[in-house]
Amino acid sequence: MTDWIGILTQAGLTALYLFLAVVIGLLFLGIGRKITARIHNRVGPPVYQNFIDVGKLLAKKSNIRHNWIFDLAPLFGLAGVLLTLAYLPMGGYRLLSGEGDLIILLYIMVIPALGFALGAGASANPNAGVGVMRALTLMFSYEMPFLLVVLSLMIFYNTASLDVLLNKQMNYAWAIAVLPLSALAADMALQGMMMEKPFDIPTAPHEIASGPLVEFGGKYLGMLMLYSAASVIVETTLFVDLFLGGGIVLDPGTYGSVAYVVNYLVWLILIFIVWLIALFINAVFPRFRIEQAFKFYWKWPTIIAAIGLIQAYIMSVFLGVVP
Amino acid sequence: MNENPLPSVIPEKDWKKIQRMLSKRSLWMIHFCTGCGAMEMPPTMTSRYDMERFGIIPMATPRQADLLLVTGYVAVKTLKRIVRVYEQMQDPKYVIAFGSCPINGGIYWDSYNIIKRLDKYIPVDLYIAGCMPRPEAIMDAFLKLMKDIDEGKANGWVRYRKYYEKYKANQMRVFKRWDE
Repeated sequence: MTDWIGILTQAGLTALYLFLAVVIGLLFLGIGRKITARIHNRVGPPVYQNFIDVGKLLAKKSNIRHNWIFDLAPLFGLAGVLLTLAYLPMGGYRLLSGEGDLIILLYIMVIPALGFALGAGASANPNAGVGVMRALTLMFSYEMPFLLVVLSLMIFYNTASLDVLLNKQMNYAWAIAVLPLSALAADMALQGMMMEKPFDIPTAPHEIASGPLVEFGGKYLGMLMLYSAASVIVETTLFVDLFLGGGIVLDPGTYGSVAYVVNYLVWLILIFIVWLIALFINAVFPRFRIEQAFKFYWKWPTIIAAIGLIQAYIMSVFLGVVP
Repeated sequence: MNENPLPSVIPEKDWKKIQRMLSKRSLWMIHFCTGCGAMEMPPTMTSRYDMERFGIIPMATPRQADLLLVTGYVAVKTLKRIVRVYEQMQDPKYVIAFGSCPINGGIYWDSYNIIKRLDKYIPVDLYIAGCMPRPEAIMDAFLKLMKDIDEGKANGWVRYRKYYEKYKANQMRVFKRWDE
């Protein structure tokens, strides 16, 4: 007989984790606006401003419509990003896992962005088309150093499974201590992945009227704000999982449910630190042009990531360092 | 139309109150810079007067905006664009007319191609008098608009729906044709 209670408990727990992730993402966006305002010597909005914004957008009385692809695009983006969150270990707990899920994750992470691009293209606005083109070019640029970094991690830890990677980091050492160059390259790639300031080329509001978002208003924009809040959590958690051990400090096998709470809090602090680094860079930089971003990504982060790859190879093959 | 999600739990009156409270605290603005009033916007947005502390931020497109600012005189040619921008915005939407030109024509009162009263063509919720109004006056107007929204008095978008034919007739009196 199927264990219905167990399945329901797990589904409820996953829903709780996903809901918490979206709430934390909105809170992070609000904190980001406040900190940016303080850097600009302004007062800034309250930290709960983004909750009010989402509520207002979802309570708007009319929505613009174009066609059914445009209608489905925000749902596509939100569902894709929630699926990615279900694959990522947030402080130890996750619903979906499997063999080689690091590679699966790299594929799934593209789904929400592609769905979003589909909706923007369906709106037939030229600004949206330019924005989507820029977003795809930017993705093409930062994937190069990022894939090299993931390859060096796979070689050093000798696995393509996130669970094994987190376990080995907990028992041996965090990857940022062993492979600092790869961590540096990954953080540079993260800035482009989060579309923060030197690389906010796809949604440049002053050039192309917020790019792919140009035709979205009302409830659609509210859904897309939830999507961007969740994707902040996806990207920071990805860095934390790969290099900072996913915030797992206590083994759930020995400490039980206390370990889940402690790991969750440590994970929260770590993603907040990663988000703050991205935010400080965002607050003081102007914007690259798209070809400058492409040249930058295929030059410096790629060189650094290649050196990191060589270091990982030498350490694990010639020096025999086995975590 | 966005209905009450839980009619059995939340009374209709409270739902409207919640909607007004949310839209009051998060006004996204698009400023249609027709005249010299545009110069007063940068100090209002940046660190000296900082309107973001009330949740008011500039938006890039009319689809995302709730608040239309018409900053200065309105020529007949510009009025057509203003009407188009206004009709692209999503309900509920509010309009602030800025300076003395949209009130009575200002220094352009006898010009051949400037309209005298903006209120005849699109519903205006609030006027700011002055030539030009200082940023303090603009901040005061924002606070007044927030108060009006809270009390349910800023209902220009309802008026535009109700008297659509009359507004259209007024607009067509000054436009020769729509497509130029």
